[in-house]
Amino acid sequence: MEIGLGHYLTVAAILFVTGVFGIFMNRKNIITILMSVELILLAVNINMVAFSAFLGDLVGQVFALFILTVAAAEAAIGLAILVVFFRNRGSIAVDDVNTMKG
Amino acid sequence: MLGLQAFFFYIFAFIAVGAAMMVVLARNPVHSVLFLILTFVAAAGLFLLAGAEFLALILIVVYVGAVAILFLFVVMMLDLDFGRMKQGAMKYAPFGLIIGLVLLAELVIAGTGSAYHPALATATAMPTPPLTEMSNIQALGHVLYTRYIFFFQLAGLILFVAMVGAIVLTLRHKQGLKRQSIPAQVARTPATAIEIRKVESGRGI
Repeated sequence: MEIGLGHYLTVAAILFVTGVFGIFMNRKNIITILMSVELILLAVNINMVAFSAFLGDLVGQVFALFILTVAAAEAAIGLAILVVFFRNRGSIAVDDVNTMKG
Repeated sequence: MLGLQAFFFYIFAFIAVGAAMMVVLARNPVHSVLFLILTFVAAAGLFLLAGAEFLALILIVVYVGAVAILFLFVVMMLDLDFGRMKQGAMKYAPFGLIIGLVLLAELVIAGTGSAYHPALATATAMPTPPLTEMSNIQALGHVLYTRYIFFFQLAGLILFVAMVGAIVLTLRHKQGLKRQSIPAQVARTPATAIEIRKVESGRGI
């Protein structure tokens, strides 16, 4: 059986849904939430590359490169905020993040 | 008979999906990060099969080499209470499962219900040149450095801002640390630096 566009889209859809499920399931664990966001961005990238390959258009791969850039920046900033928060509070439980009022 | 490409596609696809599940379900965040690395490697294999060699290698260099290791550093650096984090996960799981299944159903409906217009395949913005003419990385460079040069520079700016932001956020000046003060050193004159004492012989200062 020939591997077509649908196969890639299916894998990407499953990865995307797994990421969304991870965000809901690990509500208390912000590190796993960040990892789930990375999974979602990876799913989007797979979609981009699959369409790029099967439509014969290079722009999809260019966009995948930009998504990669933004994902890396987001992970770096997110983890930096996490480290600062841990330094101030001694814990990274999502429940404790209620002190930023006013 | 399964072709070689299909065989490898299924191997990489099953590894990617299984590892992604383990990222979400693993009890220990360290295991989650390791499974995330496995997911990225499998996805890089899928990219290779799709003919995007440059992106596949960039995925391994950037994600496995930088982002996942950053996650690993943070997970190991912070003193985390793994037990407390998993508290209530089972409470939220059914809700997440419902949301996920609804989303999956929507994606399936959107994917199977709509057909691509046949003209779409011929209306490509940047057609991929045949591999006999130039390699994937060469073709990508020809597009990226000409038509998308502005966005390329913008991506560099985003990375720069992220780098500065991460440094500013985590930089910490410790109190009571002796630091070099260059203006104070430069402003020293012999009058303030040297003190001449007359020492009598046989007696110290």
